[in-house]
Amino acid sequence: MKSIQNSPFKTAAGLFLILPFCLSLAACSGSSTSQPNAPKKLVLTGSSTVAPLVGELGKRYEAQHPGTRIDVQSGGSSRGISDARQGTAEIGMVSRGLKSDEADLQAVTIAQDGISMIVHKSNPIATLKDEEIIDIYTKKTTQWKAIGGGDRPITVVSKAEGRSTLELFAKYFKLETKDIKADSVIGENAQAIKLVAGNPDAIAYVSIGAAEYEITQGSPIKLLPIKGVEATTANILNGKFPISRPLNLVTKAAPTGLAKEFIEFAQAKANEDIVKAQYFVPLAR
Amino acid sequence: MKILSKPSILYHWRAKAFVYLLQSLALASGAIVLLIVGFLLRESLPILRQVGMVRFFSDRTWHPTSGEFGLYPMLWGSMLVTIGGVAIATPLGLSSAIFCQYYAPPMVAQAYRRLIELLAGIPSVIYGLWGLVVLVPLISRLHPPGTSLLTGLLVLALMILPTIALVADTSLANVPPSYLQGAAALGLGRWAIVRSVAIPAARAGLSTAVVLGTGRAIGETMAVLMVCGNVVQMPEGLFSPVRTLTANMALEMAYAMADHRSALFVSGLVLMALVGLLVAIAEGINGEVYD
Repeated sequence: MKSIQNSPFKTAAGLFLILPFCLSLAACSGSSTSQPNAPKKLVLTGSSTVAPLVGELGKRYEAQHPGTRIDVQSGGSSRGISDARQGTAEIGMVSRGLKSDEADLQAVTIAQDGISMIVHKSNPIATLKDEEIIDIYTKKTTQWKAIGGGDRPITVVSKAEGRSTLELFAKYFKLETKDIKADSVIGENAQAIKLVAGNPDAIAYVSIGAAEYEITQGSPIKLLPIKGVEATTANILNGKFPISRPLNLVTKAAPTGLAKEFIEFAQAKANEDIVKAQYFVPLAR
Repeated sequence: MKILSKPSILYHWRAKAFVYLLQSLALASGAIVLLIVGFLLRESLPILRQVGMVRFFSDRTWHPTSGEFGLYPMLWGSMLVTIGGVAIATPLGLSSAIFCQYYAPPMVAQAYRRLIELLAGIPSVIYGLWGLVVLVPLISRLHPPGTSLLTGLLVLALMILPTIALVADTSLANVPPSYLQGAAALGLGRWAIVRSVAIPAARAGLSTAVVLGTGRAIGETMAVLMVCGNVVQMPEGLFSPVRTLTANMALEMAYAMADHRSALFVSGLVLMALVGLLVAIAEGINGEVYD
């Protein structure tokens, strides 16, 4: 009985939901035929690390500039390079510095990203050498005792294949992703942090911005220095921290019009909160 | 009855329209399943053409970006976690239903049922989060690393317990009272009635309960993803980490490109086949019960 009574309401609600959609479709198709009011559109493609950040920036830009559309597609830094070169996209997103054979492109850094190792707060380990980290992640070292910790086995936490954090980690330590032997494979920074917070024997690598945020929220973890450099956003900013990379927007020529406006928007101090919310490090000013 | 005895043209028309509506809706739901399978096939075709289906079972491990596509360990992961979860949840769920129907005082049974319904309504992410922050550290104290097959099947058991308990409860409630009264009149004790009259009479419903629980377990993603460790390997024991097919897709899909993405759709296809097999087995069992 209940469902029968409900159904007309549902249909009505459904119609109301669909109606504005139809109208907006009609409005869209109308405006595209009448040229002067056509929405300005900017296409960005590339790195899956940068895409979520640019997506958020794009949403705010669209809200502040009615009549523009920011279209963001991910597909890897190499796609960002080739799309920008061929003009398929106005702007390419690249999560590394430009290589020497990419000098024909112009890159603008919008944020920095850095990763470091985290362990539980109660872990007596204060620092690890690069070789020790490599041995842990290839399971040559399986006990904390062997590297000056407690008499406990090491729980190795790594990231899923395809994640940019994994790529950066593997590249810095010169590891092949298939050489990495983990006890636990996770997807997101937040999950790695929760795992380490709940397991005094665990070690993981995460985005420094994410770890710093969780530490201020009282998570019982600590960031380890790499090569003696403290893992802080400040050290990423001044370029001292070794495992970091710039997040770039690249264009074929000096950007003009909407592309220029959007790149300036992405660098603006007023939009730093979006960069921070994605656990990246905003530009030094 | 009155309407049936006096058919009008309008009535015929409406009945016909109603039947057509039902038919087209049924067709649509059937078509959706076929479309999903078609979509999975289409998305996985590039990689299947390139390396073939056999590689997905012959490769020893899963490193899609370096050209290794072994799904076998994950297939086992999915099956072991599911079988384990169902093995724990089934006796608990069935006994909870029997308790509710035949032993608990009505007030207690009612309150208990509400509680189980509440348990059924908790989203799986919550179970996963609880598993991650409570169960994993607990089990890691017992035997590190904590994220393991055991943790996964315990969380799954907890998750599907309410499904099994509620469906079993309903099917026991549908046993005709005359059966129970007749058995009682013959002087049988309560447990004897439950065991030899109520359970056999509710067989079909009870097996449906288990099948529904199994279906939920095999498709579960988030909770399993959070507590199982997700290492691609054949588990050596209850304490080794495993990765399930569902977790594999959820973990890697967001950042997968080209062949890697395509290979993930093959995981989906294999999962679909596994579920199909499950449905076929359930159909077989239920067929027997009804005959």
